[in-house]
Amino acid sequence: MTTNDRRAERLAAPDGSVEFDADVLVIGGGPAGTWAAVSAAERGARVVLADKGFCGTSGATAAAGTGVWFVDPDPALRETAMASREKMGGYLQDRRWMARVLDQTYQDSDRLAAWGYPYPVDDSGKSQRNSLQGPEYMRLMRKRTKQAGVTILDHSPALELLVDDDGAVAGASGLRRQKHDRWTVRARAVVIATGGCAFLSKTLGSNVLTGDGYLMAAEVGAEFSSMEFSNAYAISPAFGSVTKTLFYGWATFSYEDGSVVPGAASKGGRSAIARALLQGPVYARLDMADDDVQRDMRASQPNFFLPFDRTGIDPFSERFPVTLRLEGTVRGTGGLRIVDDSCATSVPGLYAAGDAATRELICGGFTGGGSHNAAWAMSSGTWAGWGAAGYARQLGPTRQRRLASAGSVAFRSRSNRPFEPAALAKVVQDEVYPYELNYFRDASRLEGALARLDAAWADASAADAASKDDLLRARESAAMLATSRWMYRSALARTESRGMHRRDDYPDQDVRQRHYVTSGGLDDVWTAVRSHADAVYAEAAE
Amino acid sequence: MIEVIDAERCTSCDICVNVCPTNVFDKTDGIPVIARQSDCQTCFLCELYCPEDALYVAPYADTRCPTDVVALRQTAAFGSYRRAVGWTDETRDLRGIDRSYLLFGH
Repeated sequence: MTTNDRRAERLAAPDGSVEFDADVLVIGGGPAGTWAAVSAAERGARVVLADKGFCGTSGATAAAGTGVWFVDPDPALRETAMASREKMGGYLQDRRWMARVLDQTYQDSDRLAAWGYPYPVDDSGKSQRNSLQGPEYMRLMRKRTKQAGVTILDHSPALELLVDDDGAVAGASGLRRQKHDRWTVRARAVVIATGGCAFLSKTLGSNVLTGDGYLMAAEVGAEFSSMEFSNAYAISPAFGSVTKTLFYGWATFSYEDGSVVPGAASKGGRSAIARALLQGPVYARLDMADDDVQRDMRASQPNFFLPFDRTGIDPFSERFPVTLRLEGTVRGTGGLRIVDDSCATSVPGLYAAGDAATRELICGGFTGGGSHNAAWAMSSGTWAGWGAAGYARQLGPTRQRRLASAGSVAFRSRSNRPFEPAALAKVVQDEVYPYELNYFRDASRLEGALARLDAAWADASAADAASKDDLLRARESAAMLATSRWMYRSALARTESRGMHRRDDYPDQDVRQRHYVTSGGLDDVWTAVRSHADAVYAEAAE
Repeated sequence: MIEVIDAERCTSCDICVNVCPTNVFDKTDGIPVIARQSDCQTCFLCELYCPEDALYVAPYADTRCPTDVVALRQTAAFGSYRRAVGWTDETRDLRGIDRSYLLFGH
């Protein structure tokens, strides 16, 4: 296929800015964004992809690598794969979506193999496709994105969406932070693929993931779902950033005095680690890994060993201090609500993919690792790209549309009080990092945190516009703040424990709450309850 | 966090300035500078993309760790991550040996 005439068109623009006209704008260049961009371009759309950092290294996947929920198309294997996770996810998954994600992930993995991804071959000669090395995978995705004719804007964080007179999303604008100017893309459809929000906790590769897409989407009225499932914490060496938890399955966890922490485990015992960390330091040693496992670990995930090799620690024989870093909605399951099979959001012209979207449809209330999120990123990226391209095609002429900027917080001046991004980020972190607030939840503690966060919002939204140099940081900290409020308001609305959401005051799962919690709003945060598909069918059958 | 740009090895190609997802480096007339070290997320990707093995990311995510470049040159640290993932000519066969499939489900 020729791509020359299918590129986004660069328009004349005033000094200090660049402007493009495109069919589809993809915001975010991780796995979901690149799959969306490639898929939209293959459907004939002129596509621009804007990444806050560098498409190819940005986001959790590039730095960390990931398992993939890849299952051969054998009905019994697929059934087992779907059933095995339902209890952990609190029975909030949707079988139809699980099946279509498994199908799409299988097809996308075939494409990755055809594009040259070096999948390993096992002893029986079979290509093994349930793991992707991050740097390799995302380097390949950048290449394919360019080859598809997509215009990539690196180091170009989006700051706000553009809307037409009817409220449909019609592009975005942002900064080119290395060129010190602004970009605007007029687009017929926009895909939000900005990832989740990890609150600048330095969980591996996640400091670009500050919920920016959530904030922009909320400003045009988009809704969220399952934001209470947002308290994923990952194990890492206390001093380091490598939050890869798989290998801690071979670890023994101990207190300062060397005695074993009862019940502590990477899987199914992480809360015991959190409780122990509230009392004092916790140590790990991967002493259950035999020589063969150690060799496979080194070959498979070299980045896991960087913190150890560079500090002279042998993690298999020596104890090292560990901590739990908050991964928020990156490894949680909450995000923008998806309203149809094309990953449209509740706002016309706006699509969501990857961790920016809710993963409740395949994960319910729990993800144990990257595998489901990786499968979701490919699948939802593919569908959102197709959906956005299709939406763009059926729109009438748009060149004459009057567009308005939707950005609010950090853009308005009205109080003569400066916007202080670093201080605001710290305010949010102080409310979302502590295990006693977020890992282990309780009505009175959540209400206390929300009162402080709501006050911070009132303060930030009344502050003056951020200075040019501070604007990105201001929007990031405002996005983190907004995210924390949807999280905790949703957590209050779910008066039970289910999936990763643990309430000390409601320790049990409540059969009457097998539903989804929707949320939204900025000045006034709201929540509502939606029925799970199964419950709707059950009611209809009665 | 990123601690070292080895001025002897660096060729001013500026790849690190481009690929750093958190925009830690700045271009100069000569070799790049670590302009915003506190924004470094310790993801090691600049090291991986550096074709001259001129960068060193210390493993400490939250604290600085001033590192002596001369002493570092005596170790195998420069380029060690790149070699381990098979991104050098000599180690290309390592790209396809991911054995995670044997480790999942433990």
